Amino acid sequence: MKLAVWTYEGPPHVGAMRVATGMRGLHMVLHAPQGDTYADLLFTMIERRDHRPPVSHTTFQARDLGADTAGLFMQSCRDAYTRFRPQALMVAASCTAELIQDDPGGLAETMGLPVPVIPLELPSYQRKENFGCDEALLQLCRVLARPVARTDRVTCNILGPTALGFRHRDDLAEITGLLSELGIEVNVAAPMGASPTDIARLGAAHFNVLLYPETAESAARWCEKEFGQPYTKTIPIGANATRAFIAEVRALSGSTLPVDETRLRQPWWAASVDSTYLTGKRVFVFGDGTHVMAAAKVARDEMGFEVCGMGCYNREQARPLRALAKEFGLEALITDDYLEVENAIEDAAPEMILGTQMERHIGKRLGIPCAVISAPVHVQDFPARYSPQMGFEGANVLFDTWVHPLVMGLEEHLLTMFRDDFEFHDAAGPSHHGAKAQLHEQGAPAVQTAAADGGSMPPEDVPAPATAPAPAAPDNVIWLTCAERELKKIPFFVRGKARRNTEKYATDKGLHEISVDTLYEAKAHYAR
Amino acid sequence: MTGCRSTPVLKERGQREVFCGLTGIIWLHRKMQDAFFLVVGSRTCAHLLQSAAGVMIFAEPRFGTAILEEKDLAGMADANTELDREVARLLARRPDIRQLFLVGSCPSEVIKLDLSRAAERLSALHGPAVRVLNFSGSGIETTFTQGEDACLAAMVPALRETDATELLLVGALPDVVEDQALELLARIGISPVRCLPARRAEHDPAIGPNTRFALTQPFLGDTHAALIRRGAQPIVAPFPFGAEGTTLWLKAVAAAFGISPETVDDVVAAPRARAEKAVAAAAQTLRGKSIFFMPDSQLEIPLARFLTRECGMRAIEIGTPYLHTDLHGPELDLIAAGPTISEGQDVDLQLDRVRAARPDLTVCGLGLANPLEGEGLSTKWAIELVFTPVHFYEQAGDLAALFARPLRRRAILRGQHPNLLEAAE
Repeated sequence: MKLAVWTYEGPPHVGAMRVATGMRGLHMVLHAPQGDTYADLLFTMIERRDHRPPVSHTTFQARDLGADTAGLFMQSCRDAYTRFRPQALMVAASCTAELIQDDPGGLAETMGLPVPVIPLELPSYQRKENFGCDEALLQLCRVLARPVARTDRVTCNILGPTALGFRHRDDLAEITGLLSELGIEVNVAAPMGASPTDIARLGAAHFNVLLYPETAESAARWCEKEFGQPYTKTIPIGANATRAFIAEVRALSGSTLPVDETRLRQPWWAASVDSTYLTGKRVFVFGDGTHVMAAAKVARDEMGFEVCGMGCYNREQARPLRALAKEFGLEALITDDYLEVENAIEDAAPEMILGTQMERHIGKRLGIPCAVISAPVHVQDFPARYSPQMGFEGANVLFDTWVHPLVMGLEEHLLTMFRDDFEFHDAAGPSHHGAKAQLHEQGAPAVQTAAADGGSMPPEDVPAPATAPAPAAPDNVIWLTCAERELKKIPFFVRGKARRNTEKYATDKGLHEISVDTLYEAKAHYAR
Repeated sequence: MTGCRSTPVLKERGQREVFCGLTGIIWLHRKMQDAFFLVVGSRTCAHLLQSAAGVMIFAEPRFGTAILEEKDLAGMADANTELDREVARLLARRPDIRQLFLVGSCPSEVIKLDLSRAAERLSALHGPAVRVLNFSGSGIETTFTQGEDACLAAMVPALRETDATELLLVGALPDVVEDQALELLARIGISPVRCLPARRAEHDPAIGPNTRFALTQPFLGDTHAALIRRGAQPIVAPFPFGAEGTTLWLKAVAAAFGISPETVDDVVAAPRARAEKAVAAAAQTLRGKSIFFMPDSQLEIPLARFLTRECGMRAIEIGTPYLHTDLHGPELDLIAAGPTISEGQDVDLQLDRVRAARPDLTVCGLGLANPLEGEGLSTKWAIELVFTPVHFYEQAGDLAALFARPLRRRAILRGQHPNLLEAAE
């Protein structure tokens, strides 16, 4: 038993629903109690889909448990087939149905339905949402994909994009366009947009492009084994990775066609002098392994940030992430415990977080700006505009998205120079953001911390819980009042770092008190 | 006029597009400020709780899920020992908690984890500082608002005994609404008035044979029965939605305390007139429009009464997850015969009826709203009705406006809606 306040991933059957909902001509029957239909709203509300997910729930109730839940399941399958006439039927159990052991796969196979049945085994008490995506696509391939002749021209499949994926819609469009520039047609993109008949002809492609290992790595490996299709290993997030991806695709396809880079603006935007202030900004990166590894490289190599922490919530990616973190001189945080992530971010005191919907809220609580780079995401992360993360346009999007939460360069200087101005103080927040600035009383020092200010979080009506941000100094180090006051004059976006560096400096020097001098000695020590 | 009480009820069962009772925790944990709701369930339960509200309330929530893992199910770990450990950690982290609710879920019910025994054991361990109670919010037993019913019903046996003649208001109301109700009742001459649930455990009401109780929500059937078992006397009335509903409710409560309807009329004249005026404004948009209720919160019948009688709407079908005739009877009496009354759901069949009737407004859950909008049908999300202050006079206009807004919006965007271009003619 494990206490969870918030979860990064849903249960595995939600992953299977993401696959089914992304596809066409497929229907899923989920053996599940009343209430599990909540998952529909993920698609209809968060992703704003104007169709119901193609999923029928059996809705068994307590009174059915002693009776015939298996019969209820078979009836649901028959009804779903009659009503929706799908090309194939996927069947699975949610966590509760797993306990009653009706064996939906076995039952559906005995029914003699006129379409292929794809049974899923989703161990709800061991695995999570990404596994559900990956497993559903793998089983679809196993049941439906048949050996077929390769296309005459070089084609590839794109594997990974699902419903409810973070920017999957736009990544798919961007990479399809990039491949087209390279003269490579997409045979099938799956699951998003594919029908069961499309899955059947996956084998016609010459290779596979794996966009999201979280959702499709097993399918890519299976295709490699069954059809001899190699798959791409580079995730084209950022300018460098996109170029590396192009090189990898050229090697797999033999394409020599040029790729137009004129719309790639990110490298110049990063090189232009206005961006100087981004240098060495300390960022904490957290999300799914794939997006975190890509974002960490972009942050360091293409934005000039310093990555001060990284981690992922999906254990499946722990090994490569640990290796990359080591290369960055860091220890990776592998956890799906939201509170642990919050503590790690508080300890690292970054100037910005690159995270998920969860870290956005951690950032609000701690007064640290956050840009979202990974699922889980909320409705505002499904924008109306074209906004890919991948390819050259994706690199442009990353630059804009990551710079937006920060205080702009010149403003940062002014805040440093005139800290206590009553209407232009650091707690007022970046001036290009809409929130109303809170005026300080004239003459009163700007001592309110951004954390206490709470960002845009609704005020809590109970005393602050034990986890409230109060970065404690190491036990044997005390801040003298004058030093504490001086620290509060430092703009909020570097205050956390200054506090941490000073305490570390004091500890290293064996000091037990921090004076104003200690503060500035530490500043000189860590000057860059 | 003949009402709907004798209308035959269309009973359906099949796929239900509704939340389970766990969803009630979303508002109960804000209402009861010293309570923590610990769901003993699966990752699905945790995911539901954070998804259902549509917003994530990221102030540290006073709810969480003890997620069952493989080893709990395989008997490798004693689930009770595990639960005790998690509860001890939780209470150590949140010393402000005075009431802990262990909330049963589908998986915990299926594996027959006895949470009532666990609650007794944990009460002995952590009491008297912390009182531990249990109820089930599982989907196999409860639909959406029935979770609140199960929670309040679980609190009833633990309430202290009293002989005092007091009024008890039952149902979690927004604080502002509760304050308005108490003010109105005081001016009518009824006091003291207690509330279940109270905002903090120390204010929990005492009950006894002289307690008269009035439900403010139509979904509290089990709580109603539990209070009667404790000897309390029910006041059955239409629910306080709209000017008419509020007046009838207040008069029924007043009558139980020997206060005349004329006294009520005198006291409520001004707020009632305000409510009627505010409702009339929204009713301009609603008059003559047809409405279809999918089953969701059990608020459907009282709201249909309000919308048909005070706003001039025409009900096509009034679906409710559970029809509690004793509680909903006075409401059904007031609704003119005509609409189909349905209980339970087979969502595909019901959607067929919606498509055939093409109502001007369909009240439904979040999973159905955008798909119906996509078919060119206006919708009102039902969940907003339990997340918005809608009771009593001062909110009557807001309640009507909630239904008018989708229609006004559609009128503003006419010609813009991608799925309405043909329908716009």
